[in-house]
Amino acid sequence: MSRTAGYNNPLHGLGALLHRELAQWYRDFVVLFISLIQPVIWLGLFGKAFDLSKLFTTNANLPPAYQQLAQQTMLNIFGTTSYYAFFAAGMLSFIAITTAVFGSMSIVWDRRLGFLERILSTPVSRGVIIMTKVFSATIRTLIQVAVILIFAVALGFPTTYLTPLRILGTFAAVALLSMSLASLLILLGIRTTNYQRPMVVANLITLPLMFTSNAMYPIKLMPGWLQIVAKVNPVTYTTDIVRILLLNVNNGTGNLFIDFTILLGFAIVASAIGIVTSWRYLTM
Amino acid sequence: MSEREVIIKVRNLEKIYNGVVHAVKGISFDVYRGEIFGLLGPNGAGKSTTIKMLTTVLKPTSGIAEVCGYDVAKHPVEVRRCISVVPQEYTSDEDLTGFENMMLMASLYGIPKAEAEKRAWELLEMVNLKDAANRKVETYSGGMRRRLEIAMSLINRPKVLFLDEPTLGLDVQTRAAIWEYIRKLKEEYDITILLTTHYMEEADSLCNRIAIIDHGKIVKIGSPDELKALLGGDIIEISIAEKEDISEILSKIPAVREVKKLDTSTYRMKVESGEKVAPQIIETILQRGFHVIKLSMAKPTLDEVYLELTGRSLRDEEGGEDMWRLRMTLRRARR
Ligand SMILES: Nc1ncnc2c1ncn2[C@@H]1O[C@H](COP(=O)(O)OP(=O)(O)O)[C@@H](O)[C@H]1O
Ligand SMILES: [Mg+2]
Repeated sequence: MSRTAGYNNPLHGLGALLHRELAQWYRDFVVLFISLIQPVIWLGLFGKAFDLSKLFTTNANLPPAYQQLAQQTMLNIFGTTSYYAFFAAGMLSFIAITTAVFGSMSIVWDRRLGFLERILSTPVSRGVIIMTKVFSATIRTLIQVAVILIFAVALGFPTTYLTPLRILGTFAAVALLSMSLASLLILLGIRTTNYQRPMVVANLITLPLMFTSNAMYPIKLMPGWLQIVAKVNPVTYTTDIVRILLLNVNNGTGNLFIDFTILLGFAIVASAIGIVTSWRYLTM
Repeated sequence: MSEREVIIKVRNLEKIYNGVVHAVKGISFDVYRGEIFGLLGPNGAGKSTTIKMLTTVLKPTSGIAEVCGYDVAKHPVEVRRCISVVPQEYTSDEDLTGFENMMLMASLYGIPKAEAEKRAWELLEMVNLKDAANRKVETYSGGMRRRLEIAMSLINRPKVLFLDEPTLGLDVQTRAAIWEYIRKLKEEYDITILLTTHYMEEADSLCNRIAIIDHGKIVKIGSPDELKALLGGDIIEISIAEKEDISEILSKIPAVREVKKLDTSTYRMKVESGEKVAPQIIETILQRGFHVIKLSMAKPTLDEVYLELTGRSLRDEEGGEDMWRLRMTLRRARR
């Protein structure tokens, strides 16, 4: 009997599994539409409704000198006169956080539906199964990021620094964040048939991750202990990179290289933990 | 028998879930190359757990299992390359078409695209799904899904195929059709098959040998005929036209045991193998100048064997529980 030797490539199956994963998303119009429109709605609501710069500038009777002072304060605190622009940059990290959990949910469903049992009996590497989930979350995040950037510009995001290279750097930073979070969240899904488990944990950490970072509020206005937490939060570094690249605003460590190194470190450690653990514990 | 190649070797295989549920309690058996081997037992007997260990998706708690000459715990990748499984639950992706599911499986085995397409169409043809190949699986009936699952599991041309309750929840006609496919693929693809079932008829009509499993233990292994012989053989009833007592004459036939006279001209006897002995009986009676007016033969069923070995009837457990399991399977399959 002839048998094909296609196993030599240790990543075989990755493309096909990834395609299956993404097809569940893009082939369902409602799911696709809502997941693309959701961050846009949040961006519009939060970014425009909580325009902090208005706190200083709504009173038209104020003398011009005072208005100038207000602008200066905004610049000092947020690095830009538009809180909307400041917030929009933070939104990109928010997308990565909310989408990262889908990889974990999907592995739980694969177990419930029997699909996991089937692929575990094939020569596909366990690592590839996990990578599929992580990459699909990352790809979804990046597509959402692209959409939100387009809408952000339509709603008044400054276009001065939107060069291809800077946009590419932004995507890279968000991808690293997404991979870190998805790799860690996947650990919640590899041994359970309860899809609520990854969900409740994701709900639990989403807002704390956002509020203990510079995504919505500048670090330097935070109490000391919170500043420490913010310094170990990968969202801080992601947001920092995005603001430096897209707004040319500097209110974090101020160094692209350091930011990227730390973020890359996070991603490597997290995916190593995710992949090695799943290798060991991903069974029926 | 002993020179035949052993392709699955299981020794004292044991599984304890989470340190508490003793699902498989140290089972041992051999499966020979080219045979259809059945694990027959009620729900919860440990059949699926055994299959999961043999297909490397579940780690045994203790004991040894070798498939295609490789230890499932030490060389799982080599085992995976040589086997395929149709799990108890439907595993195809409902959002994909039948053909896409085939191609997905092919890529999991690293089969090049052109070769995969060729095999996919050939197998879809074999299970009569060619016309439905480009429809989404969610539109398939239960029988179609099962056939697709079987076709999917053949894409890598496995040496050993595991079928976990291949006809669970299917109606009688569909079940018979699936049996046909299973026989056909054994012949056409030179495959060894290990299947589990809790249907007597299935084990009886498909399997070369059966292991009866109950509460995680193997109670008995043998061919369906050997197992039935445990009960002491077939029953033959004969009526003659004459009134004379022929008990003596019948008892003297070597293969006949336990002759019982039921009424003036009817006798019941136990024989080892009815087909062989019935002609001898008729011949003997004719030679003595008597006339046979009626002969009937009853084979013991596996159900009776099961009852004898475990003290319970498998049939009691079908009906209700079966429907419940079918619903579970369907519910799990829904999204
Ligand atoms: N993942 C699991 N965790 C704990 N117990 C399990 C698990 N899977 C099966 N069992 C238990 O192990 C026993 C054997 O189950 P199973 O192998 O599915 O039997 P069968 O396939 O013969 O119906 C049952 O008592 C079942 O409840
Ligand atoms: Mg079972």
